[in-house]
Amino acid sequence: MSQIPLDVRDLTLRYGDVLALDGATARFPKASMTAIVGPNGAGKSSFLKSVLGLEAASGEVRAFGGPVADAMARIAYVPQRAAVDWSFPVRVIDVVLMGCYRQTGLLGRIDRRFQAQAMACLARVGMQDFARRQIGALSGGQQQRVFLARALAQGAELYLLDEPFAGVDAATEAAIINVLKGLQAEGATVIAVHHDLSTVAGYFDRVLLLNRHTIAEGPVAEIFTRDALARAYGPSLMLAAE
Amino acid sequence: MIIDALLLQAGYNAALVSLGAALLGAAAGAAGAFLTLRRRALMSDAMAHATLPGIGLAFLAMVALGGDGRFLPGLMLGAGLTAAAGLWAVQRLSRQLAEDAATGAVLASFYGAGIVILTLIQGLGVGRPAGLETVLLGSTAGMLRADALVIGFGGAAVVAALWALRRPLAMVAFDPIHARLMGINPRQMDALLMALVLAVVLVGLNVTGLILIVALLVTPAVTARLWATTVSGTAGLSAALGAACGYGGAAISAAVPDLPTGPVIVLLAAGAFALTLVIRGHADG
Ligand SMILES: Nc1ncnc2c1ncn2[C@@H]1O[C@H](COP(=O)(O)OP(=O)(O)OP(=O)(O)O)[C@@H](O)[C@H]1O
Ligand SMILES: [Mg+2]
Repeated sequence: MSQIPLDVRDLTLRYGDVLALDGATARFPKASMTAIVGPNGAGKSSFLKSVLGLEAASGEVRAFGGPVADAMARIAYVPQRAAVDWSFPVRVIDVVLMGCYRQTGLLGRIDRRFQAQAMACLARVGMQDFARRQIGALSGGQQQRVFLARALAQGAELYLLDEPFAGVDAATEAAIINVLKGLQAEGATVIAVHHDLSTVAGYFDRVLLLNRHTIAEGPVAEIFTRDALARAYGPSLMLAAE
Repeated sequence: MIIDALLLQAGYNAALVSLGAALLGAAAGAAGAFLTLRRRALMSDAMAHATLPGIGLAFLAMVALGGDGRFLPGLMLGAGLTAAAGLWAVQRLSRQLAEDAATGAVLASFYGAGIVILTLIQGLGVGRPAGLETVLLGSTAGMLRADALVIGFGGAAVVAALWALRRPLAMVAFDPIHARLMGINPRQMDALLMALVLAVVLVGLNVTGLILIVALLVTPAVTARLWATTVSGTAGLSAALGAACGYGGAAISAAVPDLPTGPVIVLLAAGAFALTLVIRGHADG
């Protein structure tokens, strides 16, 4: 019964003295698209990393009805800033093919089928013309799109995206949101950290307002209120909006 | 005479040694490519220098057991044990020190201990220590057929293992967090890579010697890096360069009396690197 893609309870994380998460709780229903919204330093990135087990947080995280560690093959993640060596000898297409690793395995041949799959993922983010370019020879926004393509290549059912629209132009933002809505239509669940409050209602159907703990969570229409935003960001935001 | 050696005309044994050195060079080149991509080149230097006390101790142990102390697999076992201890020490010290400082400290102290032990051995007058110092700079002159086979098969095994692991090794080096999410254990991959580098170091003891093996691990790799655009291309080209240097170095040093093998191999590798810098420097404007 508990096939809910992601169910997070009481997530608490400390970095030394800094309490980054303080009992954050949220549920993400199947085929929903949720924006995680909150001020800088609210713990949004920490929330995603803790869910993935990349940070040792306390609390309970269940994915698809079981421990998240058992569901990693069904989860894709695009970090806010990939901590990679930009001078690495790797072409764009090879980066995307890394997303196919669970399918190709250690020794499996990367045949036409995988090449085509990787090219299709690049095309979905509008990067097909850059397939043979070195990863370091791309702009920041283009690099971000390649990492999104790598996540798409995984064929996951749950996507965790940390600021997928940071540093991309308006046309690309529209293309990416189309890709995400397409994933949702195929039954995938999408969770994205998002900073642009003006587009939350247009892009997403659910919101998680986070500031170390859950301020509010639910459908955009119910949750995305001035009152809740004021509690997440403090009253100064409302002054700026007026 | 050098031409004869290069064309495998200098006798069956010399030919076998040259081919063994070529396989060692290929293994060092391929392992070095992954090592430098993972930014662990210096650690291999510490590991190589940490073999020296093990070689001395293994010599003493074999003499105590009644041998002449020159049995190569025994020396390699001792070398492997102290090299692993050195690697462990680097990892342990890195918790308190910066990794480069930890590497330097381990390199110097293990190497110093090794020199002390070798000096004591020379003074003891037991076993047959003459020529034990060839492990420092390598010498393929008068190498036994069995040794050449160990070197050749060891090198081939390392190349095969690296080929099988090329994908996870590349993924861990490029983006360890993503690799982890894809079900790869980065610590396990690092340990496997270090084990393969250790195998190269041990197999290379008699060829380049322990002081210069790091050059054979690093120089072909950085040279290949300037030409190749993919990980497979880098590793493949680095292996080919390493093989050519190993082959040429062993052949030349076998033909010229008293010329140690290691420095010749390293000079060939450095020559290829210098040539690359000249050519690529122009290409990049
Ligand atoms: N590796 C770290 N070590 C120490 N403190 C950290 C670390 N990473 C994050 N923090 C702290 O934890 C808190 C939450 O950081 P986090 O990156 O999760 O915020 P965020 O909501 O993603 O912010 P932003 O909108 O700027 O991306 C911040 O106060 C930050 O300073
Ligand atoms: Mg963040």
